[in-house]
Amino acid sequence: MIIYFKNALTRKNLMALTGLFLSFFLIIHLLGNLQLLLPEEQAQLQYNAYSHFLSGNIVIKLVSYVLYACILLHTLDAIYLGIKSKRANGQKLSRDRRSRASSWQSRNMMFLGIIIFLFLVIHFKDFWYQYKFGNVPFDENGNKDLYTLVVNAFDNIWYILLYSISFIALGFHLIHGVASAHRSLGLYHPFYARLVKIFGYFFSIAITLGYLIIPIIIYIKH
Amino acid sequence: MKIYLKIWRQKDNLSKGSFKDYTVEDVNKDMSFLEMLDTLNLKLVKQGERPVEFDHDCREGICGQCGVMINGIAHGPLKNTTTCQLHMRSFKDGDTIYVEPFKAEAFPIVRDLKVDRSSLDRIITSGGFVSVDTGQAPEANSIPITYEEAEAAFDAAACIGCGACVASCKNSSAALFTGAKITHLELLPQGQKETHKRVAEMVEQMEKEGFGHCSNTEACQVECPENISVLNIARMNFEYNKSKLLVKK
Ligand code: HEM
Ligand code: FES
Repeated sequence: MIIYFKNALTRKNLMALTGLFLSFFLIIHLLGNLQLLLPEEQAQLQYNAYSHFLSGNIVIKLVSYVLYACILLHTLDAIYLGIKSKRANGQKLSRDRRSRASSWQSRNMMFLGIIIFLFLVIHFKDFWYQYKFGNVPFDENGNKDLYTLVVNAFDNIWYILLYSISFIALGFHLIHGVASAHRSLGLYHPFYARLVKIFGYFFSIAITLGYLIIPIIIYIKH
Repeated sequence: MKIYLKIWRQKDNLSKGSFKDYTVEDVNKDMSFLEMLDTLNLKLVKQGERPVEFDHDCREGICGQCGVMINGIAHGPLKNTTTCQLHMRSFKDGDTIYVEPFKAEAFPIVRDLKVDRSSLDRIITSGGFVSVDTGQAPEANSIPITYEEAEAAFDAAACIGCGACVASCKNSSAALFTGAKITHLELLPQGQKETHKRVAEMVEQMEKEGFGHCSNTEACQVECPENISVLNIARMNFEYNKSKLLVKK
């Protein structure tokens, strides 16, 4: 039983499931946030109402706990497997050209993941924490004015840059991650494996562009 | 051709290794890489020095003994080729070539370029077999199998166990090796009976030997002399999950 939890295959299954859940969440989160790009008057009221609805809903609350757990488990697994890999490698090669045989993103998932993680810390602190525990003014409908909080944050070019870098890192993480996760879970049919790889590419590009345009358009509009 | 070599010399597993410089003057471009090393060793023996130790057996690309890292790549610059099938025409006159053993915790260095790959053998012994009484060869038509299935099983069985997949992997994972061995038997009628036990025990043994996890970088297939497909790894994952989740003990 112990070996079952310690084993690389089961750990990668967990990593794949949590990663795919996070990827799925990214779609929903993006669709919700695209409301920020509506005409200003409408965007403010609609977005705040939407946030209010989410924070009050018990189902959403449960899903959000799953989400936190996924981020935590995914990260813990990354650390565990990273240590395991270091141990398995033993003595370093003095001359190492192994990289010619694989893609850059597949070798740098940890680096990309760390960027995503740092982004998440900042993202949670600035919006999630503020919304839940901060002193946020109310809009005319009596909902917390998250919209203005977001728009003000995106007034800063450095902040836009930080977000852009993080989304690009996320994009590369997903280009490898989506296909890899399906392999980890056991998709061995050559046709579907290829299909998932192609889907992963388009998915990653769509997610990256979708998230990128929000802060950039808001910055330009204000 | 004149070739400059930097070869990893290490007396045994406990001593520290380092590169030593050698020059081989009279290299013929049609020599295999191993023949070039033979030429060097002949010279070393004549000079009373200890020859460079390296593994080899068939020298025709089928036994899987001859793996070394050549310029930082398992089996050298050609893809899907063993070291013994690599010829000096792949290099230029005056080239400097780095030669190192495969490095992984599960492959302890024996001496110089020689490593102990018995960890792979132990993965096989843990489950890579079918339990049948040997004896006379059975009637061939008593176990029907389609041509396609037989070919697919052969594709997985083509693995020569050289360890290049482990050496090419950033995590020193043996997933391609183990996946190929599991798939090979999984595809054959004879392998069906012990399929769940096999996958569980081989995966467990792979863990015990201290190999790393699979990141699906796919470098292993690129450097594999037999171009064994990474989908064998996915198959291993599938069979493993199936045996853990769906099979009642
Ligand atoms: C929105 C956030 C994230 C998403 C959507 C995501 C998604 C994924 C997916 C789908 C995989 C493939 C799993 C597999 O190969 O089976 C993966 C792998 C990986 N993730 Fe993430 N991830 C996220 C955040 C993170 C974070 C915060 C870290 C850690 C610092 C991280 C580190 C890794 C690593 C190291 C791998 C590769 C594991 C390996 O070596 O195979 N990820 N991620
Ligand atoms: S010596 Fe047998 S494969 Fe190279």
